[in-house]
Amino acid sequence: MKAQWAGIRTIAKRELAAYFESPVAYVFLVIFLLLAGFFTFTFGGFFERGEASLAAFFNWLPWLFLFLVPAAGMRLWSEERRLGTIELLLTMPVAAWQAIVGKFLASWLFLVVALALTFPMIATVNWLGDPDNGVIVSGYVGAALLAGAYLAISCMTSALTRNQVIAFILAVVVCLLLILVGFAPLTDLLARWASPWVVESVTKFSVLTYYDGFQKGVLDSRGLLYFLSIMAYALFVTGVVIRNHRTG
Amino acid sequence: MIKVENLSRSFGPKLAVDGVSFEVAKGEVLGFLGPNGAGKSTTMRMITGFIPPSAGKVSVCGLDVQDHPIEVKRRIGYLPEAAPSYTDMSVMSFLKFSAEMRGLEGDSRRSAIRRVVDLCHLESVLAQTIDTLSKGFRHRTCLAQALIHDPEVLILDEPTDGLDPNQKHEVRTLIRQMGENKAIIFSTHILEEVEAACTRAIIIDRGRIVANGTPRELMARASTGRLEDFFRSITRSDVHKEAAA
Repeated sequence: MKAQWAGIRTIAKRELAAYFESPVAYVFLVIFLLLAGFFTFTFGGFFERGEASLAAFFNWLPWLFLFLVPAAGMRLWSEERRLGTIELLLTMPVAAWQAIVGKFLASWLFLVVALALTFPMIATVNWLGDPDNGVIVSGYVGAALLAGAYLAISCMTSALTRNQVIAFILAVVVCLLLILVGFAPLTDLLARWASPWVVESVTKFSVLTYYDGFQKGVLDSRGLLYFLSIMAYALFVTGVVIRNHRTG
Repeated sequence: MIKVENLSRSFGPKLAVDGVSFEVAKGEVLGFLGPNGAGKSTTMRMITGFIPPSAGKVSVCGLDVQDHPIEVKRRIGYLPEAAPSYTDMSVMSFLKFSAEMRGLEGDSRRSAIRRVVDLCHLESVLAQTIDTLSKGFRHRTCLAQALIHDPEVLILDEPTDGLDPNQKHEVRTLIRQMGENKAIIFSTHILEEVEAACTRAIIIDRGRIVANGTPRELMARASTGRLEDFFRSITRSDVHKEAAA
């Protein structure tokens, strides 16, 4: 057990260092923070809402993450295949799943750091008013889980191809699908000609459904289970894809 | 130490390795020769556990590669054909990473790194990022990671590829020295390397072993006594293959 964790940790450490050694990480962080701030205060209507909450900020995250998380995750496995280092990694005394988990955890940590860097928003809203900080914490938990789910999907698409751009596009498409099945204008359209049962089953697959719960302050185990299931499933498929590549 | 029994591997309709069997004991250096596409790299990848075989068995130090993959990989140092490395890392970081992956920590890690830096002459490039290195240095960096945990078994896929004559000589000498108490397999196109560094050689053609013996024995089988002539007499060149197809 200890040896397995050591393997995961070594791989995660390397991956995290790799992020910060290239300018990509810093560009990503700056763009994320700029856009998050921009959307919150303009289209999000932070001041117009007149309430002490970060709803304006959280509402935009699924859309912001939709493009930024695949950008962060697209290189995870396609780089390994392109460089040929996958042959090194998989002939070292670690199991493939340890490599998958290690890389995923490192990238997730990076995204959590990006989220943490939005703390000025928390400070602002606390200074201007008296928000329910519990709801804010729960919102951040939901955001972290959402990022994790998108990231796991990006890992999966990254393993499918040597080309980072294709990995990016595929990840965006899959994540978009997960959003759209719960996106109000589309579900309303669906409700017009499908039975309520169908609409309800479809929205059960959407990230928005569960993310909304976290935003409102509900730390629901179903939401947690939903996001963790996506992560588990996508990482499992990543393993299958990697194994299939070797089997030719 | 390395026992390969009836190993086969097909990729779709193409049979890349066909019933290959051989053994390598401690203290032996086995040279793998063969035309391009003969199945040398595929065989090596099966021994290191990178690719699973379609049929047959590989055991290293008595352990089956399929049944005990982690245990086997611990005992092997592998230099893949492309000598890959994480090009955005410095040589030192890459060696540290490789050492950690092999379970080396603290003092043992430091001394292992010192040892391979010395063996592979990487002192001058330790702080450089790998993508700034010349081909020779990149190759030696990858070789260093294969040696860092002082494994009992070394699988080296074209270890002198792209190196200049001095570097080639050094690597061959290194292989010969290490071969004294390890089991080493290395593949090459350079026939004089076989005479220089191997205790035994196998020639593979189209997935099958076509010759197996000491360099002297193989040379003796050619009318001219030259290994190259023997090689060419028992393998088919690509030119003929295309003409036949």
